[in-house]
Amino acid sequence: MAIQATYLGMPLDINDLDVENLAYFKHCAAHDFHLQRCGACGLLRYPPTTACPWCASPKSEWIAVEGRGAVHSYTEVHHAIQPAFRNHTPYLVLLVDLDTQRGKPGEHEALRVVGNLVTPQGRLAPPEMVRRVGIGTRVRMVFSDVAPGLALPQWTLDEGASQPASPWRYPQE
Amino acid sequence: MTMPNETDTTSPKHLCDKYAIVGVGETAYMRGSGMTTRALGTWAVRNAIEDAGLEPSDVDGMLSYQSGDSTFAPFIAGDLGMRLNFYMDVFGGGSSTEALVGLAMGLIEAGMCKVVVIFRAMNGFSQVRIGGTGARAAAPVSGDMLHSRAYGWQSAGQMFSPTFMRHMYDYGTRPEQVAAVKAIHSEHASNNPKAFYRKRVSVADVLASRIICKPLHLLDCCVETDNGTAIVVTNAERARDCRHPRVLIRGVVGRCSKPRMDMHYQHGPVSTVAGHYAREILWPNSGVGPEDIDATGSYDAFTFTTMLQLEDYGFCKKGEGGDYVSDGTIRLGGRRPNNTSGGHLCEGYTHGLNMVIENVRQLRHDADDSCPVGPDGRRRHTYDYREGGCRQVRNCELTANLGWANPGTGSAMVMRRD
Ligand SMILES: [Zn+2]
Repeated sequence: MAIQATYLGMPLDINDLDVENLAYFKHCAAHDFHLQRCGACGLLRYPPTTACPWCASPKSEWIAVEGRGAVHSYTEVHHAIQPAFRNHTPYLVLLVDLDTQRGKPGEHEALRVVGNLVTPQGRLAPPEMVRRVGIGTRVRMVFSDVAPGLALPQWTLDEGASQPASPWRYPQE
Repeated sequence: MTMPNETDTTSPKHLCDKYAIVGVGETAYMRGSGMTTRALGTWAVRNAIEDAGLEPSDVDGMLSYQSGDSTFAPFIAGDLGMRLNFYMDVFGGGSSTEALVGLAMGLIEAGMCKVVVIFRAMNGFSQVRIGGTGARAAAPVSGDMLHSRAYGWQSAGQMFSPTFMRHMYDYGTRPEQVAAVKAIHSEHASNNPKAFYRKRVSVADVLASRIICKPLHLLDCCVETDNGTAIVVTNAERARDCRHPRVLIRGVVGRCSKPRMDMHYQHGPVSTVAGHYAREILWPNSGVGPEDIDATGSYDAFTFTTMLQLEDYGFCKKGEGGDYVSDGTIRLGGRRPNNTSGGHLCEGYTHGLNMVIENVRQLRHDADDSCPVGPDGRRRHTYDYREGGCRQVRNCELTANLGWANPGTGSAMVMRRD
């Protein structure tokens, strides 16, 4: 079933043909992160695709994946392009290396899952929280609910993990 | 950091020096052009054909690239009364210019065309802004954009910034090193009457300008302009009859540069970009190496894209790009000047073609500047690179153009003076 919804005033649209994204976000809506696992080579992938980017097999199944990892890189946006984000600057876009499948299939590979830094409740992080996070910060997945059948996976500080003494931050601050 | 496994390459060495760029042309770099992209493209194409000493009726192929923000080749051909044997408009970006030169060469090689024009026309300030603002920014988010745009991650600067952040983390690259790219390109632009921004700025000015998205300050980003740009490609024999000294294409590459291209950084070191893979084709089929090149034209959509490309194409070691772009090498008068027109950062943004145009002029020894033209029609260069002075690179024989679109695709070209 197609989904049309609004998030922060931004229209989101998943049409009937986009079966991979419909499946992906249906799991997210249940706050249960799933990725496709290739039926041939067994590797997980992100974001959803029709074929395996590692071996081109069309066969896959959705499996639950733990939403924990470390920040691989980031950008801190001060000038928002997307109108929905103009009232939320500065905000962080994080590339997070999942602990799952890190270093596979090669040493430079990982499942790098995008998301914003958010509060544990799934709201975009306030500036004081933004300033604490950098490369190496341990994060856990939470969800921003958008509509029935649709939630966005997001990242918040993993309070239970041991954090680096000072995560790497852009030096000119 | 060791690099990922290499992949098979095909390097067509027999095309070396077989084709030439014989004409270059552009409109002014403007804001508020008051013209359609069709008009901009028409003027640029006409100027390039005239520069070659050809007539519109000589042109039988036309290629262009755009991102839904421009006119199409058949319209321009119609307006100039051309009858094309082949045309193609691709959805393209920063890695399209040199890739399309390769396509033009292939068309001529196959006997399908004799003279091919490549153009890019855009109202990049007053209509669709590559920076992403305007109506397009507010369009519904669907498909793969649900994993980028829905997070406020969508402009080129936003999408590329994690690459640069990670480069700083991996190699200790510093903001002031990268800011030097803008300072140096602004020096070059100050000697280019066509440049949109001709004011020289300092590293301190860049670092003091407001943050757009870390690590990018406003002055780390290129200047959005309205313009049309065009080049004419034909075979090396035909080029002998054209107006200018021959500028021969030694090698060209358009490569999907990571084995698994994506904008979500699943593959390889994220601080390694297109050139690392494209150079496996570029240098062998050009028969030269980066050490032989006299001037480079890098895709400076941002200061750091210049640094990353120069590094990955092998002009310096991986991780030493910060030193390379800030130690004077890339400045006019330095060992290997880069973007002598001021590039996208200062001359104007036209998706890569202006740096090709500039290098063609450099190889003709006719980079247009303040130096007088002698009775023989050739410039008497002073090689005085102070503000308002000359911008011709002394003894410029070999150039490299490096095109970038995103971390996954790249194209590049080596040209030489006959
Ligand atoms: Zn597979």
